[in-house]
Amino acid sequence: MKRSIITVVGKDTVGIIAKVCTYLAENNVNILDISQTIVQGYFNMMMIVDTEKAESFEKLVRELDGLGGTIGVVIKCQQEEIFDKMHRI
Amino acid sequence: MINLYEVKETNQMIEQDNLDVRTITLGISLMDCIDSDLERLNQKIYDKITTVAKDLVKTGKEIECDYGIPIVNKRISVTPIAIVGEAACKKPEDYVTLAETLDRAAKEVGVNFIGGYSALVSKGMTKGEENLIRSIPEALAKTERVCSSINVGSTKTGLNMDAVRLMGEMVVKTAEYTKEQDSLGCAKLVVFCNAPDDNPFMAGAFHGVTEADAIINVGVSGPGVVKHALSKVRGESFEVLCETIKKTAFKVTRVGQLVAQEASRRLGIPFGIIDLSLAPTPAIGDSVAEILEEIGLERAGAPGTTAALALLNDQVKKGGVMASSYVGGLSGAFIPVSEDQGMIDAVKAGALTIEKLEAMTCVCSVGLDMIAIPGDTKASTISGIIADEMAIGMINQKTTAVRLIPVIGKGVGETVEFGGLLGYAPIMPVNQFSCEAFVSRRGRIPAPIHSFKN
Repeated sequence: MKRSIITVVGKDTVGIIAKVCTYLAENNVNILDISQTIVQGYFNMMMIVDTEKAESFEKLVRELDGLGGTIGVVIKCQQEEIFDKMHRI
Repeated sequence: MINLYEVKETNQMIEQDNLDVRTITLGISLMDCIDSDLERLNQKIYDKITTVAKDLVKTGKEIECDYGIPIVNKRISVTPIAIVGEAACKKPEDYVTLAETLDRAAKEVGVNFIGGYSALVSKGMTKGEENLIRSIPEALAKTERVCSSINVGSTKTGLNMDAVRLMGEMVVKTAEYTKEQDSLGCAKLVVFCNAPDDNPFMAGAFHGVTEADAIINVGVSGPGVVKHALSKVRGESFEVLCETIKKTAFKVTRVGQLVAQEASRRLGIPFGIIDLSLAPTPAIGDSVAEILEEIGLERAGAPGTTAALALLNDQVKKGGVMASSYVGGLSGAFIPVSEDQGMIDAVKAGALTIEKLEAMTCVCSVGLDMIAIPGDTKASTISGIIADEMAIGMINQKTTAVRLIPVIGKGVGETVEFGGLLGYAPIMPVNQFSCEAFVSRRGRIPAPIHSFKN
């Protein structure tokens, strides 16, 4: 398993989760956990996903960034280690 | 498990506070390239660098993509060229061909700087080392990416004042050779005392002779992150201030550690050290001076600056040391003028002078850095400034350095623009009294005594 973190931040609108999840399903990325809040009209979501079966991580990052552009939100995908290293001893 | 708050904190550091890994520097030994035939030597150097470093930039970009963290520079340091070239180079011009080869190799593998056009002459100079030093002006004028550093003293050996005098002359000559570009050559030339073997930062990086065949050293950064963290504890006690800096430095350094380990694993080259320096850039919010302001000074240079900087430097180390398995290099806050918007503003406001900067270098790395001075400054005066800074390093058992830029054709009050990470700088006044008779003396200043510390 290769765990990665996807974050989606932006103005709330209809279908953000649906579009992100559809893209992930089409690209063999399994969702392990989702947490989401709305703060002052802003949509904040974090997904923990397994990107092991995705074709290429670089392509995933690029296409999610593009998808974010079409929805009007910022989508980032990063491997989990950067957060683990920074916040766990 | 990682939570949303932690993820947001990390990404805010990257997106808003300019958190980045400043450099992955691949140190390459050129000892096995040594040859008495100049042409063969050049070829061996080119082949070794372009072979060992062929995947460096690509790997750096992959790591950036995987973790979403910018890695600003990918660079190379090599064995001091004075040693590598001594058998083949009979005159300064011969060394220049090696500089051109380094430049070509750097361009081939796509790194923006290559360090190691260096000589270690803290006690004495061989003929080859002197030839390399005399070749620096031409070498830096003819190349774009080569950086040069000369170690002219150490705590163990004292100061080689013949080299100090020569370097004053070479700084002026380098400025003249590159006067069409506002004396840019001097931005790639640094004079050291106690130069570390594993420094990943330019212009002073070289691959020391104590190092393995190839090694990965990483320089972290993050002044903006520290400043942001401190903005939340305004008015709190020194205890809270120091704890905040330590925790922030820990987090920043952990990212560097991750990047270093990954780069090492993917390139199959051992991990050397993390350099814990706070390295500013000219970008707004990426300034060490602004941290000092956040600590409570109206401007960098105000009374209290040295104490605030000492505190900052020490806490960064305390936080960073635990975050990394190996720490080395310069490891301290950098206080360059042209590369730090807050420093530039402090100079313009009249808060910061060369003399105050000199005092600040007693408590942090690395020295008088990226300071533009009038183009008509005498070589002996530059040697005097170098000698002062080297003495601070020698006596205090620390690394100090000088990177002065006498801007030919410009004077106090004017500004010089270097561009990119090198930034821009107001030209600072230099003390006009002469030290000619002092620096004209031959020989060296003896090593200091290491006991009787009182």
